Amino acid sequence: MDQEQLILQFQNKDVKAYEKLYNLYCNSISGVVNNIVKDNDVTQEITQDVFIKAWNNAESYSPQKGRFFTWILNIARNSAIDYTRSKKFKQSKQNLNADFFVDILETSSSLDSTTNTIGLTDFVTKLGDTCKAVIELLYFKGFTQKEASEELNMPIGTIKTRNRTCIGELRIMLGV
Amino acid sequence: MNTKEYIASGILELYVAGSLSEKENEEVYATILKNKELLIEVRSIENAVLQLTAAAKKDAAYSFDDIKAQLTVKETKVISIKKPKTNWLQYSGWVASFLIGSILMYTLSQNTQLKDQVANEKQQLEEQIDKASTNLADAQKLIDIFRDKDIISIPLVGQQVSPTSYAKVYWDKKTNSIYLDAKGLPDPPKGKVYQVWSLKLTPLTPTSLGILDTFTADANKIFTITNENQSEAFGITLEPAGGSLSPNLEQLYTLGAVSS
Repeated sequence: MDQEQLILQFQNKDVKAYEKLYNLYCNSISGVVNNIVKDNDVTQEITQDVFIKAWNNAESYSPQKGRFFTWILNIARNSAIDYTRSKKFKQSKQNLNADFFVDILETSSSLDSTTNTIGLTDFVTKLGDTCKAVIELLYFKGFTQKEASEELNMPIGTIKTRNRTCIGELRIMLGV
Repeated sequence: MNTKEYIASGILELYVAGSLSEKENEEVYATILKNKELLIEVRSIENAVLQLTAAAKKDAAYSFDDIKAQLTVKETKVISIKKPKTNWLQYSGWVASFLIGSILMYTLSQNTQLKDQVANEKQQLEEQIDKASTNLADAQKLIDIFRDKDIISIPLVGQQVSPTSYAKVYWDKKTNSIYLDAKGLPDPPKGKVYQVWSLKLTPLTPTSLGILDTFTADANKIFTITNENQSEAFGITLEPAGGSLSPNLEQLYTLGAVSS
């Protein structure tokens, strides 16, 4: 089924359509949340909460504002970041802020056979530091182009082209 | 910028990341809508990012059933079907207020009507009282006349033309006037009028005392007439309108002689 069609049905509160979207995106959302909160139980809780939030705010999504995946990704990042600002998080986790998605991939013990995780890990390990940092900030942390440019001390234009190159390599590796 | 250059710019990767401004997002969306090749590119980028991010997942596998129960299917649809159903409470409310309004209007108009009627009746009553008191005064006057010892009462009896007719004359010689009670006469036919005569018997000399041209209109049928004659009898004849010089004795209705 066409993804646009699925999203329309979801906005009309079609549970079946939403189940398909859930299965498509839950692992990615979990990955992004995990990269921020770094706790499996909390990740699971937040991820499910993200999908409930998305359902309850279905009418606020509009294709004009961006991709559905991008929209739900945004909800996930915000929920995870909100959690990191909570007292609970600050008490339990203090020294994990430096971890990048790369570290998670490299230390991942629960490899999911349905995704190309092994190849991905190899790929990510071989990525240059700039690529790792750019992907981390733009996709996992939700930085804007400008914020990433300031964080990495790089001109905006360079972020844009660098990112394109990094994703390009990833696509070649994944064959998409 | 052609499609290739647009793709090469890296804007689509940022679009999927959500790193563009709201305005840029709308522009990219509009551009993609016009160009299928760009949509394919976006889907491909999205797919790559999807797999990359999913690779960072470490927690247990997900099942939609875990959240399904918490997805509230809003009742809006059901309500929207039910809503067109007649809202009796609302309708009866409107009907009730309309009824109350109508009754109020009706009552007001009835009230006004009653007020008018009362005012009307009051006026009529006043007129009647006025009339009655006038009548009473008239009757009082008549009684006074009848009781006066100086007044002579002369009954006039019905004649051949109208045997059932009768009349009465009260003659007040002091004031040279007679009071004629003509209640016992029928209404004169159209174009005719009663004429009152004073008679001397030997020889028979009639003198007209006048016509009763207000006979039909007069309620008590009592007429005051001046009479300076030495009358020996009184008679009433039916004459053409305007009266006659001498009585038509064939149309003599009543006649009565002064007794003394």
